Amino acid sequence: MASIMNAGGLPSDQPGYSFSNASAPSESSGPRQHAFNPYTDNGGSTLGVTGADFAILAGDTRSTSGYNINTRYAPKLFRIGDDGDSSSRIVLSVVGFAADGNALKERLDAIVKMYKYQHGKPMSVKACAQRLSTILYQKRFFPYYVHAILGGLDDDGKGALYSYDPVGSYEREQCRAAGAAASLIMPFLDNQVNYKNQYIPASGTGHELQPRAIESLPKEDVIGLVKDAFTSATERHIEVGDGLQMLIITKDGIEEIYTPLKRD
Amino acid sequence: MNHYPQAWGRPRDDVYGPYDNSYFQASAPQTHTQSPAVTGTSVLGVKFKDGVVIAADNLASYGSLARFTDVKRLRTFPPNTVIGFGGDVSDMQYLDRLLQSLDIRENYLSSYGHVLNAKNLHTYLSKVLYKRRSDFNPLWNMLLVAGLDDDDKPFLASADLLGTTFSSPTLATGFGAHLAQPLLRKLMPHDEDSVKDVTKEMAVEAIKACMKVLFYRDARSLDKYSIAVVTKDGVELKEDQKLEDQSWAFADQIRGYGTQVN
Amino acid sequence: MPGFDFSNYNRNAALHARGVPLPKATSTGTTIVGCIFDNGVVIAADTRATSGPIVADKNCEKLHYISPNIWCAGAGTAADTEFTTALISSNLELHALSTGRTPRVVTVMTLLKQHLFRYQGHIGAYLVVAGVDPTGIGLFTVHAHGSTDKLPYVTMGSGSLAAMAVFESTWKRDCTKEEAIKVCSEAILAGIFNDLGSGSNVDVCVIEKDKPTQLLRNYFKPNERVKKERDYKFARGTTAVLNEKVITKEEIGRYVTVHELSSGSDSDSLVVVEKMDVDEV
Repeated sequence: MASIMNAGGLPSDQPGYSFSNASAPSESSGPRQHAFNPYTDNGGSTLGVTGADFAILAGDTRSTSGYNINTRYAPKLFRIGDDGDSSSRIVLSVVGFAADGNALKERLDAIVKMYKYQHGKPMSVKACAQRLSTILYQKRFFPYYVHAILGGLDDDGKGALYSYDPVGSYEREQCRAAGAAASLIMPFLDNQVNYKNQYIPASGTGHELQPRAIESLPKEDVIGLVKDAFTSATERHIEVGDGLQMLIITKDGIEEIYTPLKRD
Repeated sequence: MNHYPQAWGRPRDDVYGPYDNSYFQASAPQTHTQSPAVTGTSVLGVKFKDGVVIAADNLASYGSLARFTDVKRLRTFPPNTVIGFGGDVSDMQYLDRLLQSLDIRENYLSSYGHVLNAKNLHTYLSKVLYKRRSDFNPLWNMLLVAGLDDDDKPFLASADLLGTTFSSPTLATGFGAHLAQPLLRKLMPHDEDSVKDVTKEMAVEAIKACMKVLFYRDARSLDKYSIAVVTKDGVELKEDQKLEDQSWAFADQIRGYGTQVN
Repeated sequence: MPGFDFSNYNRNAALHARGVPLPKATSTGTTIVGCIFDNGVVIAADTRATSGPIVADKNCEKLHYISPNIWCAGAGTAADTEFTTALISSNLELHALSTGRTPRVVTVMTLLKQHLFRYQGHIGAYLVVAGVDPTGIGLFTVHAHGSTDKLPYVTMGSGSLAAMAVFESTWKRDCTKEEAIKVCSEAILAGIFNDLGSGSNVDVCVIEKDKPTQLLRNYFKPNERVKKERDYKFARGTTAVLNEKVITKEEIGRYVTVHELSSGSDSDSLVVVEKMDVDEV
């Protein structure tokens, strides 16, 4: 940041500018090349929330390019390591550039399946999460242009959720929104799941006021929150809509719920 | 002949001036397609209860020049898949060759009784396209793959130069995505659930109506087109169709663009 | 000095050259259409206004009044469509008052194209002008650079192709009012559901010879929001209050005059502090 602020060699007693004082390179200097751009944005949004014994991942099913709708049903949620016996307990959600998302999903899926065949037991979410980070970082200088969220159940049976940046930085979290409407949904989740900026009424004055304690929410409440997050995002973001796919991971399996969203 | 072997067989410097050695350089930077040259416009596809209808016009444009007016942009892959190509025609012909060799390999070397269906071919083509974009050497095409899936249900999906894939009961590439898709979607008010209510006749009629609208409004289109109907029984491909019942009735009442009256 | 104020132009150009982005204007990435019928003309519009990918207004009005029998549908930069139509409407009324004649659609079209041409496309107004005048029925499109078109059916905005596809496949010559309303609203619906820049409701305006103009606001409402699953009422006191100060009536009375208002809820008991004299018609 500092290098941007002071670029152009301003004397230090001058006020700092929010822009570079050096002129931007002239548009007309030298031949302008239009290189092939290997990326595009297919829009849409995803989110994940965990509870005591479950994890919910959700994503809208619209795929866009520019102002066009490619299709009204393109799922962004994938069961990982599912070889037909519904033993899978890991779900990956990817939003951003759909072709990269698909390639990423297929690689992780193959790895998790191979693990199971070689070791005779399913991969833990923790291990899968670490592996996904490595896959993303392997393409550090030609990244998978996606925001991934991985969901499952940890070794204690608690809901586990990992969120990633495009080059593999990751973190376990209670909840996370990603994609086009992430900036609309995330503050809502902060407030309604982690009770940010909420205090217990009359629990003290000034700084003694007690913040409302975080509790793990029941499944039905989370489903309600997820639906409201997506109907609201559909109202205010043009790339979100058409349908809502939710995958709910519990010890008994992965339950799928599909709800229509507005199509305008 | 002098004592410089590298000068042998080349024009003499004292007669023709110094030789331009840059032509010696074997490692010139490798160049890739940065933009398409000869191109095809929209491809349209619609599912119906027993299969898929797919169509594309027979024009290959060179910029704004209508260069070739008899280019077939639908390719069948036996027994029942049709692939429609939009975008660069040379890359289309490369993919055509790739599919030809795949077909021969499948027929002569593959285990008996196994055939590649539309779903398999779509997976194959999208991986070719994604590999090429990842090498920064894209095949400049948008494809529609029409046919049947593993359960013999109608299959229609698209793949583009970036390797992006998606599937929908109605699809259109290029200008068709703007002009034809709104009309085709009217056939399918409940998306995939509506496919069972659409007959072959309804699908063909909708496609023909859209080809007409595209000819009216897409400046890179033609009134000659190819149309294919894919079902379990095989492919019914017609390559030299002409648009029928065009309407230019409104034209005679148009006077100027502003205040002109006569 | 009348007209636009250019005094910050040089400063803004310098900032822009140094990489400061231009402020984002609300644009109505829109579907607007028009279609003539045997006795008049219909124009229609969707009601979504966007700022980038964000919906700025879910139910905005894109049908603008010019004169009682001339209306305009606007796409492009929201402020430009609003102010340009208002300016031309105002000038047209003065012109009508001065000449004592009802305004013509061609006059509006010419005023708009000359105004927009002068600004070389910097005023981002894309308009459909429609109306009925003593010379007959008029329907035009006016582009931001000043070019115009005169056709029996027109579409504009980001959803113009979706809408035009509907016209090209269903429009019939010599249609009735009902048919024109039908095809126009169908064209807008095509834009609403297929173009991401368009959405929400359909507004229609019917202008007919020797009849009052009908503005059918929200003619279709195909995108009503579903009821929320949960209740988001917070308990009183949830928000932290770090500091509290109560100013009593006695204290404030030292600076301003305090009047006691009656606590009755009926409107008659409200005290009228000040009354403005306005013309009644």
